[in-house]
Amino acid sequence: MVKKLFAKGYLCVILAVLYLPIILIIVYSFSNSSNFSFAKGFSFGAYEAIVTSPQTPKLMKALENTFIIAAVSSVAATILGTLAAIGIFTMKSKLRGLVENINQLPIINSEIVMAVSLMLFFVTFKIPAGLTRLILGHISFCTPYVVLSVMPKLVQMDPNIYEAALDLGASPFKAMIKVLFPMLVPGIVSGFVMSFTLSMDDFIITQINKSGGIETLSTYIYEDVRIKGMEPFWFAIFSIIFVVVLGIMLIINLYNTRKKKEQSEEKEV
Amino acid sequence: MKKAIDRIKNFRITRRVFAYPYILFLVLFVVVPLAMISVNAFIAGGKITLTNFAEFFGSATGLRVLGDSILIGLITCAICLLLGYPVAYILNKYSSSKILVLLFILPMWVNFLIRTLATKSLFLMLGLPLGLGSVLFGMVYNYLPFMILPIHTTLSGLGKEYAEAAADLGADNITVILKTILPLSLPGIISGITMVFIPTISTYAISQLLSNGTIYLFGDSINTKFANGLYGVGSVMSLIMLVLVVISNIFISKYNKGNSGRTLW
Repeated sequence: MVKKLFAKGYLCVILAVLYLPIILIIVYSFSNSSNFSFAKGFSFGAYEAIVTSPQTPKLMKALENTFIIAAVSSVAATILGTLAAIGIFTMKSKLRGLVENINQLPIINSEIVMAVSLMLFFVTFKIPAGLTRLILGHISFCTPYVVLSVMPKLVQMDPNIYEAALDLGASPFKAMIKVLFPMLVPGIVSGFVMSFTLSMDDFIITQINKSGGIETLSTYIYEDVRIKGMEPFWFAIFSIIFVVVLGIMLIINLYNTRKKKEQSEEKEV
Repeated sequence: MKKAIDRIKNFRITRRVFAYPYILFLVLFVVVPLAMISVNAFIAGGKITLTNFAEFFGSATGLRVLGDSILIGLITCAICLLLGYPVAYILNKYSSSKILVLLFILPMWVNFLIRTLATKSLFLMLGLPLGLGSVLFGMVYNYLPFMILPIHTTLSGLGKEYAEAAADLGADNITVILKTILPLSLPGIISGITMVFIPTISTYAISQLLSNGTIYLFGDSINTKFANGLYGVGSVMSLIMLVLVVISNIFISKYNKGNSGRTLW
């Protein structure tokens, strides 16, 4: 009993340290100061500054770029990756192994090496600077995750179902659209969500390949905070990001575990 | 001519064709850039030489940055393992709730730059100096979940029978942990170590922000070389990083036959 209490206590300490900086930022976002004091009392000033600050247009532009890049590259990655997974799945084992290994490369490789190798490529082949480079870069590190999340669905699938559709007179194209595709949807959706999140979250590849004044949220934060330090306004923005990101991830994960539970209960019945 | 028409007629769209656009994309944007880095490392002044290697391995500062990075990487790994292993073990033994596991992984979804700046704020608020201590704290803070998760995955895949069998055969609690559970969870430990080590040494911006620019790691160094147009030396350094990545993945696949501890999602 004492041991169990000690163990739980240890978990609590680690969790407390993990969440301490986050909580700290949220608490001091209401102080409208960057020196960790409530000298000015409780205030929503930092939150108001998000809308009124002279930086607001730049921030909104960065946010817009982040969403454009994430939307375009995650849609492209999802289409490319889903088709690729279907194709790779039907390949012979030797070729399949090779393609799957290359697909792993962007996942295992260190981000900085990916970033500089892309930069070298873009500069050498004169790929238009700006959004084009960033979107191409983002597709290249998102698509592998789409392939990896669609592939298990193909592996789990009963091949007889597709064959049955063909036997019942469906053309291969129709069988694919009406039979194969619906079964892959969960994998495709999770691949898309993952791509979108990864793209929004990226800093290193964007930072090294950006040009012409294009900033995304993370590169804008870096450029601004590195020079001027954390202004009160950032406390508010970070707090919003913490609450939104942690809230969304918590809901998605809780929903998934509950669904899994329901499924396993159904199976038992 | 007839043959060609026949061939076109016989060309049926097999499903394999669907992979071709992606394969082309992979070759263009992953394989070619990495190949360019590798080739570039051996080219200086338009000739194939080893001068880039000589330049990197001949410079004391370059080697010191690599040495420092590896050292910081090792210390971060050790701290993550010491802190993270008990977490994974306790989560597996006492708590079956998915929510608690989730709480440990959740901060990972917040952008690392924001987490790093939050950590920096913590140090500033407590009045602690920025330097090696804050860099190590920031690294552990950022990468601890990457150590906990693979170990937790491996441990939860182990049946309780192993520990029970060891206990039945007369091992006390500590012996069970040291001689049975620890060796069996080695695949998770190896995955965790590489998932912490590689990002730590190749990290960009974290050490710079947390040490006010006094500690400079290999990732920052690669970026500086490329930013200053020193593509040759930068390529050599990227190649060194690439070799480290390949070595660590050989280790992972050696210890993780079949099941991979890398499934983060």
